[in-house]
Amino acid sequence: MDEKMERVVELFGAVAPLLWQGTGVTLQIAALSLLLGMAIGLPAGIARVYGPRWLQQATGTYVVLVQGTPLLIQLFLVYYGLPDLGLTLGRLEAAFLTLGLNSGAYQAEYLRGALQAVPVGQMTAARALGMSQGQAVRSIVLPQALRLVLPAWSNEVVAMLKYTAVVFLIAVPDLMGQAKILASRYFAPIPIYLIVAVFYIVLVGITYGVLRQLERRLRVPGLTGEPT
Amino acid sequence: MEFVQKLVTTFNFIVQGLWVTLGVTAVALAVGLLLGISMAVLRVYGNPFWRTVAALYSVLVRAVPVIVIVFVLFFVIAGFVNLSPFLAGSLALGVASGAYQSEIFRGAFQAVLPGQMVAARAIGMSRRQAIQSILLPQALRLALPGWGNEATLVLKDSTLVFVVGVPEILRRAQQVSARTLEPFVAFGIALLLYLALTLWMTQLLQWVERRYRLQI
Amino acid sequence: MNPTPILRVEELYKSFGQTAVLKGFSLSIQPQEVAVLVGPSGSGKSTLLRCINLLDPPNAGRIWLEQEEITAAGVNPDRIRQRIGMVFQDFNLFTHLTALGNVMVGLTKVRKMHKKEAHELALFELERVGLVDRAGHYPAQLSGGQKQRVAIARALGMDPHLMLFDEPTSALDPELTGEVLEVMQQLASEGMTMIVVSHEMGFARQVASRVVFLEGGVVVEQGPPAQMFERPAQERTRVFLRKIADLDERSR
Ligand SMILES: Nc1ncnc2c1ncn2[C@@H]1O[C@H](COP(=O)(O)OP(=O)(O)OP(=O)(O)O)[C@@H](O)[C@H]1O
Ligand SMILES: [Mg+2]
Repeated sequence: MDEKMERVVELFGAVAPLLWQGTGVTLQIAALSLLLGMAIGLPAGIARVYGPRWLQQATGTYVVLVQGTPLLIQLFLVYYGLPDLGLTLGRLEAAFLTLGLNSGAYQAEYLRGALQAVPVGQMTAARALGMSQGQAVRSIVLPQALRLVLPAWSNEVVAMLKYTAVVFLIAVPDLMGQAKILASRYFAPIPIYLIVAVFYIVLVGITYGVLRQLERRLRVPGLTGEPT
Repeated sequence: MEFVQKLVTTFNFIVQGLWVTLGVTAVALAVGLLLGISMAVLRVYGNPFWRTVAALYSVLVRAVPVIVIVFVLFFVIAGFVNLSPFLAGSLALGVASGAYQSEIFRGAFQAVLPGQMVAARAIGMSRRQAIQSILLPQALRLALPGWGNEATLVLKDSTLVFVVGVPEILRRAQQVSARTLEPFVAFGIALLLYLALTLWMTQLLQWVERRYRLQI
Repeated sequence: MNPTPILRVEELYKSFGQTAVLKGFSLSIQPQEVAVLVGPSGSGKSTLLRCINLLDPPNAGRIWLEQEEITAAGVNPDRIRQRIGMVFQDFNLFTHLTALGNVMVGLTKVRKMHKKEAHELALFELERVGLVDRAGHYPAQLSGGQKQRVAIARALGMDPHLMLFDEPTSALDPELTGEVLEVMQQLASEGMTMIVVSHEMGFARQVASRVVFLEGGVVVEQGPPAQMFERPAQERTRVFLRKIADLDERSR
């Protein structure tokens, strides 16, 4: 038992630096993909509610296409498939693009729900003050929707952190990527994948805590993300 | 013409993975359902020890990417018994799904009106009987929308068993793309096949939901 | 009679699908008038106010605000709405903004005032409705009466030439209506032109210069409150006003 424990500790010492490096890559991919997803999801969500009909339909199709298909196939289609169309992306770029497009659809959908949850009276009152539709959306409806969407968005952050784990399948050296290399180098898949699991638990735990804090900070009395 | 021919051949090859995909999804959902309901019952009605166990299972498993769970469990299972990749992969997926399902069912049990347990006990049912024949049927119906959502997630996550060599849709798409050297066509077909599957499954679940919905 | 009305509504028609709500409605309001609009539920009072404010486009008919035809093609409704203040039955305060923020947002976003200037004016408007000490409260932290007073301050901040009130006290508990009606009475005495949909008969008697009875999409009868309450020309007017006066008494 003790001997076994010692071996695990030894193994941990040997693999930790590379796993640590992989964690950096994981965090980087998650953060950039979330930002890309936000850059897509924010306008797409608004367009889905307030856009002209054709744009509502276009964003709707995008959402269905992304939400109705597995991330892994999306990833392979982008990384292995796009070169057939003359667009060759590097591993990291393919990972960002896929995860960003994927997250964008989910973020758009969350935002749509939140925008639609803002009572119509808010819009009416804003228009009655002489605001244009654009102004009313920007300064009245959207700020409320963004607060309403915060809990769903927090979930998306955590989900993204986990979803990045598939990118090792196109040989990105993220946490899982490093684990796979190490598992075959040390012939010890179980302890190494378990260590990786612990890494994820810690990452997710910290992220979750930080997001909770943020939600508390941004709370406005009478305006919560909980369904009423 | 030649292109159409190639499309048909590629499609025919990939579509043979359809049953495997559905099989993996079904086994994983069933395992997850069993685990999810038991863990939810323990979490809501169990003693402190079992409550803690159920909570740890749910929190820890949900903090780890499904693909990591699949890897770990695949190797763990392989160390004990000699299961086919299909069974081992589906089982692993089911253990992951069980954690998510336990949250859904926990919410459902907690949403059952508080008077129900008291009323069941008042007519002489034991605690166990009350849970089994009064609370569980209600919770199952309340859980339907959330469970339907999880079912489509599992359907999509079934691609993850690709990593342990199960010949489902994605694996076959990869095989055919290696042969034809046209990955865009192969993965494109796989994507559309999945789209059809999830849309069909959503319809099915909506139909079930409409039939069995429980209003509170 | 003053020859230049501030608001003139002529032959207004409005229907929703099959339901015709306004059927050739006409009304003319002089500056500094307080017109109290009464009528059975569903008679189109809210619809009329929304049409005047261009929140609902009328199907036919014309509206003039201070000599300008606002129903004409090419009129920018946002510009018109700035001149018309509106107060809603259910307040519609902006949930994510404090009382002060609610008054300020129109000043900074629509009137393009500088923050500092807007802040001062907003405080002044809150002072007018007696709520400076609640400036930092969010709507959820205010009572119904306070919410409605903030809503009035928000409308006043835009410096409107005409104020529309749609049942401003009917969502309030009886003991909270007084503080809102007081603010409205104060406004009237300062010379604000107001159209008030309300079944508060006490307010109508004391403050209104005119009571307008609306039914079936048209004006049935209108006149000074004394005349409308004591000797209405139409039987329907008498019956209706009698009924709400009874309800009014019973609720006290
Ligand atoms: N947006 C709409 N769509 C369809 N019908 C509407 C709409 N708004 C109002 N109506 C209908 O128009 C009629 C008049 O409504 P309105 O709200 O103007 O009445 P009201 O006099 O304000 O009544 P209340 O005293 O109940 O507030 C009603 O029959 C109502 O159902
Ligand atoms: Mg009304």
